[in-house]
Amino acid sequence: MAVEQSPARTGEQTRIHNIGYRNYDGPRLGRAYARRSLYSQSLRGAYGLGRSVKSKVLPMLLFVVMCVPAAIMVAVAVATKAKDLPVDYTQYAIFLQAVIGLYVASQAPQSVSRDLRFKTVPLYFSRPIETADYVRAKYASLASAMFILTAAPLVVLYVGALLAKLDFADQTKGFAQGLLSVALLSLLFAGIGLVISAVTPRRGFGIAAVIATLTISYGAVSTVQAIAFDQNSTDAIAWLGLFSPITLIDGVQTAFLGATSSFPGEVGPSSGEGVVYLLVVLGLIAGCYGLLMRRYRKVGL
Amino acid sequence: MTVIATESLSKRFPRVTALDRLSVDVGPGVTGLVGANGAGKSTLIKILLGLSPATEGRAEVLGLDVATKGGDIRERVGYMPEHDCLPPDVSATEFVVHMARMSGLPPAAARERTADTLRHVGLYEERYRPIGGYSTGMKQRVKLAQALVHDPQLVFLDEPTNGLDPVGRDEMLGLIRRIHTDFGISVLVTSHLLGELERTCDHVVVIDGGKLLRSSSTTDFTQTTTTLAIEVTDTDDHPDGTRAVREVLHARGIDTHDGSGLPGAGHILLLTADGEETYDLVRDIVADLGLGLVRMEQRRHHISEVFKDADDARDEERKEAVGHGG
Repeated sequence: MAVEQSPARTGEQTRIHNIGYRNYDGPRLGRAYARRSLYSQSLRGAYGLGRSVKSKVLPMLLFVVMCVPAAIMVAVAVATKAKDLPVDYTQYAIFLQAVIGLYVASQAPQSVSRDLRFKTVPLYFSRPIETADYVRAKYASLASAMFILTAAPLVVLYVGALLAKLDFADQTKGFAQGLLSVALLSLLFAGIGLVISAVTPRRGFGIAAVIATLTISYGAVSTVQAIAFDQNSTDAIAWLGLFSPITLIDGVQTAFLGATSSFPGEVGPSSGEGVVYLLVVLGLIAGCYGLLMRRYRKVGL
Repeated sequence: MTVIATESLSKRFPRVTALDRLSVDVGPGVTGLVGANGAGKSTLIKILLGLSPATEGRAEVLGLDVATKGGDIRERVGYMPEHDCLPPDVSATEFVVHMARMSGLPPAAARERTADTLRHVGLYEERYRPIGGYSTGMKQRVKLAQALVHDPQLVFLDEPTNGLDPVGRDEMLGLIRRIHTDFGISVLVTSHLLGELERTCDHVVVIDGGKLLRSSSTTDFTQTTTTLAIEVTDTDDHPDGTRAVREVLHARGIDTHDGSGLPGAGHILLLTADGEETYDLVRDIVADLGLGLVRMEQRRHHISEVFKDADDARDEERKEAVGHGG
């Protein structure tokens, strides 16, 4: 078949080899590896890596917006030789909850709605992974992405605090409490975001629905709490906090992680009430996972 | 060796029976799965991939039970869905690399296999551009590439020629043929177009209403009687070569017809070949007359006749049933 050219004309560069089809006999790493691959691809995707330039803009911008206030606070603390950081580690995420909400609203739909919309899901399930692997990989990747978003500014604060030679033990304790709190927040928000986005293949609807859920629940809860505060029914304030994601996290960290509550009058839940808060948070996370499993059992091929 | 084996496989949904006691064995090579829409083709593929449990019966793919070894099967099998399944905002390379890794290939091997596979399906420079800008034909190639990238032993191709123009269709059919001949991968390809499968498949399985209608090799389908088409040149001795041949054939007691209505009618003689000797006879006659033999080819019967046969058989059954009833 091959046309032999005269040796004089056959230079190394001019020779074209048609190597034909080669079989693959290397390792096949199986289901756990496939799950990890999906996890890392989704995590990168949550920051627009491996996707178009356009899709990098928003997540990167939000990441910067999250970190800049921390950097400014640190700069101020170092310059003024302050005795303490202007903000608690646990409070930072609560202050910037709008940014976190925007991030989860934009990235949860891109993580799951795209696969539904372009019907890529059947391709995944025609490979070794199963429903549970897909759900776990997607959940873990979004929760990790959110943890990176919320923990990065805490790292900035912590490093800054050490540079400013603030009390090491004190700062480390606060930092650890902050990390625990944002880890819980990441799991809760990622779960809520994914459950809502997995319902619709339309990304726009997903974004709107997640933003609506977060802002309406928070708006309603804080308004009613303010009214309750005006009427001096402080008991009600603590229980009302159970009805929105961000106040749930606030309640848990007030009760267990030494945070100052952002509730009106700083009336956070007591330890007893805090247990209820924690149970609700864990229940919601488990519930989101369960709902996702149910949803994807139906999607299949 | 059997690649796919099913044994009274049934799948019942609350309202419909998608598969009804289907027993079929499929060997290596290219196998066509023919059936009208809703005949149960996609349901069968789902069960064979271990994604949907059968209501009754059992099935094995590559010797693995679909009920218990779904994961192992999916590692060795490729699947090209009928519907669109490609995200538009990533390039073919990125997408296929990701899918290779989802099949368990290590990162370096995934990239290498992706480059190879995309080249084999005929995607070159465009593979770095986002898939959103591809033509239907190119998208079908990407879908095929993701099914082949992990070098499976068997691929399921669900309606791979859907939406392609005639040229694209031919190229896709050629590619499917090569998957077996060059790549050594067995193929199960579904279609509702019989003519297509006749050209590409070694074996054809016909299902209708979830039941097996017929399973046999393509040659069996088309070789029961062979029609031979011959075309000869004219010479000075025989100004009308075709007529001269026809006369000699008639003298030997072989009927011919001129294939009226077919392209080239008038220049082409059609005759029924009973066996090898007919070919020799034609060759000798043409040589004796000193004519040139332009062509001598088999005109195949079409698989569509299978459905006609099946309909006839069903009519017979019905008549019998009526007869028994009366």
